[in-house]
Amino acid sequence: MDKTHSRRQVAAIKHSLFDQGYLDEQFIQLEELQDDANPNFVEEIVTLYYRDSSRLISNLDHALERNPLDFNKLDTIMHQFKGSSSSIGAKKVKAECTLFREYCRTRNGEGCRRSFQQMKKEYATLRKKLETYFQLARQAGPQETAFPPK
Amino acid sequence: MDNGCFSSPRRDFPAGLRVLVVDDDPTWLKILEKMLKKCNYEVTTCCLARHALNLLRERKDGYDIVISDVNMPDMDGFKLLEHVGLEMDLPVIMMSVDGETSRVMKGVQHGACDYLLKPIRMKELRNIWQHVYRKRIHEAKEFESFESFESIHLMTNGSELSDEGNLFAVEDVTSTKKRKDADNKLDDKECMDPSSTKKARVVWSVDLHQKFVKAVNQIGFDKVGPKKILDLMNVPWLTRENVASHLQKYRLYLIRIQKENDRRSTSSGMKHSDFPSKDLGSFGFQNPVNKQQNDVSIDSYNYSDGSLQLPNVENKSHEGDKGTVSQFTIAKKGRPLAGSIADSNMRESSRVGLQQPFSQSEGSHAVFDCSMPTQYSWTEVPHTQLKEEHKSHVHLEDSFNQMPLHGKQHPIQVDQSQSVTSISSAPSIREEGVAACIEAKPLFSDFKNDQSSSVNSIGNAVDTFPIQPGSLVMNAQSLASSTTNSGLKAHGYNNLGSISDLEIYQRNLLLGGEAASAPLDEDLHFHWLQVDCYNMNFGLQNIGMPEYYDPGLIAEAPSHLYDSSDYSVMDQGLFIA
Repeated sequence: MDKTHSRRQVAAIKHSLFDQGYLDEQFIQLEELQDDANPNFVEEIVTLYYRDSSRLISNLDHALERNPLDFNKLDTIMHQFKGSSSSIGAKKVKAECTLFREYCRTRNGEGCRRSFQQMKKEYATLRKKLETYFQLARQAGPQETAFPPK
Repeated sequence: MDNGCFSSPRRDFPAGLRVLVVDDDPTWLKILEKMLKKCNYEVTTCCLARHALNLLRERKDGYDIVISDVNMPDMDGFKLLEHVGLEMDLPVIMMSVDGETSRVMKGVQHGACDYLLKPIRMKELRNIWQHVYRKRIHEAKEFESFESFESIHLMTNGSELSDEGNLFAVEDVTSTKKRKDADNKLDDKECMDPSSTKKARVVWSVDLHQKFVKAVNQIGFDKVGPKKILDLMNVPWLTRENVASHLQKYRLYLIRIQKENDRRSTSSGMKHSDFPSKDLGSFGFQNPVNKQQNDVSIDSYNYSDGSLQLPNVENKSHEGDKGTVSQFTIAKKGRPLAGSIADSNMRESSRVGLQQPFSQSEGSHAVFDCSMPTQYSWTEVPHTQLKEEHKSHVHLEDSFNQMPLHGKQHPIQVDQSQSVTSISSAPSIREEGVAACIEAKPLFSDFKNDQSSSVNSIGNAVDTFPIQPGSLVMNAQSLASSTTNSGLKAHGYNNLGSISDLEIYQRNLLLGGEAASAPLDEDLHFHWLQVDCYNMNFGLQNIGMPEYYDPGLIAEAPSHLYDSSDYSVMDQGLFIA
């Protein structure tokens, strides 16, 4: 069936996201929070994340253009970004944030820029994969909630 | 009735727990809201700390617990933590994606009851009710302990203790035993029913606080005690316990203010660490107050100082106002110490109002900056008065400082009570609490004097008090005013050197808390508060200190305190001079 196939696809994508380390168990936590009251909870959260993280990335871009670099400020923004990314379980992105903050700590401007580029890549990849995931999930229909656990 | 303000006792506790979540991250805010709702809690979210504070103030007693992020743009999470602790006395949980030990430690120092790391799991949130429950139990116990103390005290001087027994059945006077016992008893006999907590959470509105401060000032910081305050305030639904705990916080606040003042005024480079407003234990002893020049052995008192600037105070005390406790007279009287004692003392008392820099605190009185002057929403009372009070304490301290610290317990005269008088004038009682605590400390150290109660200046007192190891009977009353009272706790002040500032501070606070203004003359018996004797000691003072007594605090320096014949004091039991 179409739905079954879709569902399998969705499952496959999700599986790969975890396998490749894009997501961690926080994402599962979000899924567990999804219920009848909030049937699209996970997607809502992820959308919120996109909004917030876009803003922070743009702040970082600006901050990195300045000369000399204000490492404290960079660290602060990245701290926020890391917190935000932890909310959906964006594992790779988080790891890159940590690296970035380390470069800030050691006042390594070049390292910061490199790390930031890498982080943006991870972020873009994750975002794309999640979009595909949610699209398919919507098509496949509610899976977990098909048989609401009581 | 005190329970009147306790809203909705929940039969199905912890379900329905009212949680306020504060986080600038919208994603986390939404996640936490969902998680908490799944735990059957009632959730309110807020992304600005200022807004959160408004919510808390508007809906008094409308929340049971607050969860807040550490890094927020408009206000530091730790500051919010302090405010909440002070004004609302709610348990606060901090959260952050940063789990560095230093941050966690700071959270604990500021009074957070827990520190969660993001990403937060739902199971961690499920159990947050324990903090609410624990607090209630603790308060109930304190009350009960207090009761016990009261009974003992009552026996000795047959005073108050009239209405205390209503909430908790104080088993008997002998049950003043250790808090632990009290705890056990409490556990047993109380229906550990969280939904029917005996203690209603009182929200100290600006108005209420004003009344409180007014009452404290009226009574006189030295003599302040929860019962008296309660009577004066004339708020029917308020319990003595409520007042006692508020007084404790007030003292802390004063100390903090003091510290800030000191810091501002003195440049001793003490860094003022954030003072958790209500954090007794950690009274910010982070920065020893070095300003003081007191050589005195009070070095150990490093009070973070808040530069108490009590310039006048000192004078007063010196004046020897004998009978006038004029605020700081007591301390200063006869104090050989540098006049700056007042300063130093003041600091300690953290009278909020003390704007006077302690520049020279005699002895290193750790000035506790107990209050964050600016942050308190408490209305405020002119500090001047407080300052005075502090001064008196300060004086005491000075004199004490001067006195060589001997290992024995110095009878600490509660001179402070005298200083209390001055306090009454100052509405800002908050400081009193603090001041009292602080002063007590130095007193102890040097206090060798006998307990003559020359009220006038602590200095005198100092002289008069014979330093007898076991005879420190603290005048509970003066606790309020005299930080020396805090010395009670600080039995070990003698060994001040050994006692960490923190302990001292704590002690002071505790002591200072409710010390009723006891005339110097006799009340200067300090009961050595020993952890064990905690109960007993409490009884000594008519102050409602018991609440403040944090056994943990006392326990801190027990070793030093009791080093030698100190215990004799305890043996003597409550000495109500």
